[in-house]
Amino acid sequence: MMIFVVFPILNTIYISFLSSDGKFVGLQNYAEVLESKKMFNLEGFPKAPPLGAFIHNMIWILIHLPLSIFSGLILAVILKDVKGAPIIKTLIFLGMVTPMVVGGLIIRYTFEKDVGIVNGLLSLIGLENLTRSWTAYPDTALFALIFGSVWLWTGFSMILYSAGLATIPKDYYEAAKVDGASSLKMFYRITLPLLRPITITVITMTILYELKIFDVVLVATYGGPGEASNVLAFQMWLYAFRYFEFNKAAVVASLLTVLTIVVTIPMIKFMVKKS
Amino acid sequence: MKIKKSTVMTVIVHLIAWTVALFWILPFMGVFMASIRPYSEIIHGWWDFSSFHPTFDNFIKAWNHRDFPLSRGVINSLIVAVPSTFIPLLVGALAGYAFARFSFPIKNYIFLTVVLLMSLPQQSIAVPLYQMMSKFHLVDTFLGLILVHSAWGLPWIILFMRNFFSALPVEIEEAARVDGASYFKIFYKIVLPMSLPALASVIVLQFMWVWNDLFMALILIYSDPMKLATQRLIYIGKTGYYHLDWSVLSAASVIVMVVPILIFVLLQKYYIKGMVGWTIKG
Repeated sequence: MMIFVVFPILNTIYISFLSSDGKFVGLQNYAEVLESKKMFNLEGFPKAPPLGAFIHNMIWILIHLPLSIFSGLILAVILKDVKGAPIIKTLIFLGMVTPMVVGGLIIRYTFEKDVGIVNGLLSLIGLENLTRSWTAYPDTALFALIFGSVWLWTGFSMILYSAGLATIPKDYYEAAKVDGASSLKMFYRITLPLLRPITITVITMTILYELKIFDVVLVATYGGPGEASNVLAFQMWLYAFRYFEFNKAAVVASLLTVLTIVVTIPMIKFMVKKS
Repeated sequence: MKIKKSTVMTVIVHLIAWTVALFWILPFMGVFMASIRPYSEIIHGWWDFSSFHPTFDNFIKAWNHRDFPLSRGVINSLIVAVPSTFIPLLVGALAGYAFARFSFPIKNYIFLTVVLLMSLPQQSIAVPLYQMMSKFHLVDTFLGLILVHSAWGLPWIILFMRNFFSALPVEIEEAARVDGASYFKIFYKIVLPMSLPALASVIVLQFMWVWNDLFMALILIYSDPMKLATQRLIYIGKTGYYHLDWSVLSAASVIVMVVPILIFVLLQKYYIKGMVGWTIKG
């Protein structure tokens, strides 16, 4: 584990400060990478993508985080008293079990013109002029992937929230009912506060998922068209294993490492406090 | 009156829940439908049933693909995934036991490091890992990939097993020690048999993780015959630069995803326990 995990992490950070012939160049690689349009492309903002891999990851978090968490929570609450809930949960959770490569292919297929069900449904409700291959246009590719990844990931928060709901004693609700509390009030006063530890975990894991997104992008759009759906993890792979610019790749990897650590620390603090 | 209102609510909730479920699996339905029908039949959408000729052809085409037969990919994936599951399981169970039962000075720091390591993306190690592997001539070998997956899986397995062992009562072990049993004997004869459910969770999650992985395979396996199942999905179904035969590609996708889905459906209890365990209890 030391050889294959800890050492490479530190070495990545070290390499990010070296030039391609191994000389120490300080922050020069960082400057080059961060100034390139591959990472930030905000000239003329607001505009449609490409906005740069870094911004795309931020957009991913902005849309995917609230959507997947809320739908997971709502599903968990609704399914608590539904007959056949285990079957529904299994169906929704399939997206989490499916390999991300297959997930990416399914997203692309589902959004494809003529053959994909998204366009089929659009035609059905009379929006035929909107049908197109959503992943093939720069202004929609990123968003198609983000919504697709919400579809894949919602099962995660749903299952965790379901597990959390099952631990809340029924007496709490019965006592509140006796006191005349409405169901909405019970949700805000009892359910949500008691689910807080789970919410912290779900938020952390979801942001990590959004930062690590790779397979879906590779098979569905290859970061395109014209880098319009490029993300950090994919850009790192392009730098390292397509252009063989290992130092620049190390810069992106180091940024990802720092971002993930920053995201994880609050959860660890919470865990430490709890024990 | 009151009963009636709640019945209406129940019906509405059921209706919403099942509608959502139906929409949720539409994309999966699409892939399944595409995989069992000729491509010419689904070019206007798989929901078009004006002609319907179920066939097994797409699966055969994907399985015996000319350049990237999925049959080989499935075998390769198994060759990698089985040892990548059991090596870290053994090491992780021992280490987790040590963390749970013995106290040593820097234990808590090691422990926090383990949690941090779990959260890192594979990209964090990719470049040095690749360079190291080429130095040891382990690029394009299954051994290299197995070692990496084993090391990468260890942090969460250690954490998960530690949490499990911490919850086990120590009295039985203490009694055995009084009777003169060695630590290793206690571990193999008493602790391991009691931990079968936890071990099952680790096996299920780790196997699925390795089977589903693309990135590690992509950076370490390059020659065509060695490529794993997930890697082959990038090539299968291509009929031109842009054009895809969605039927063959769907069949290939179904083959690759049916393995984790079957494991999940059959061993759901262990999967959920494992996932909830390493995320919530942490």
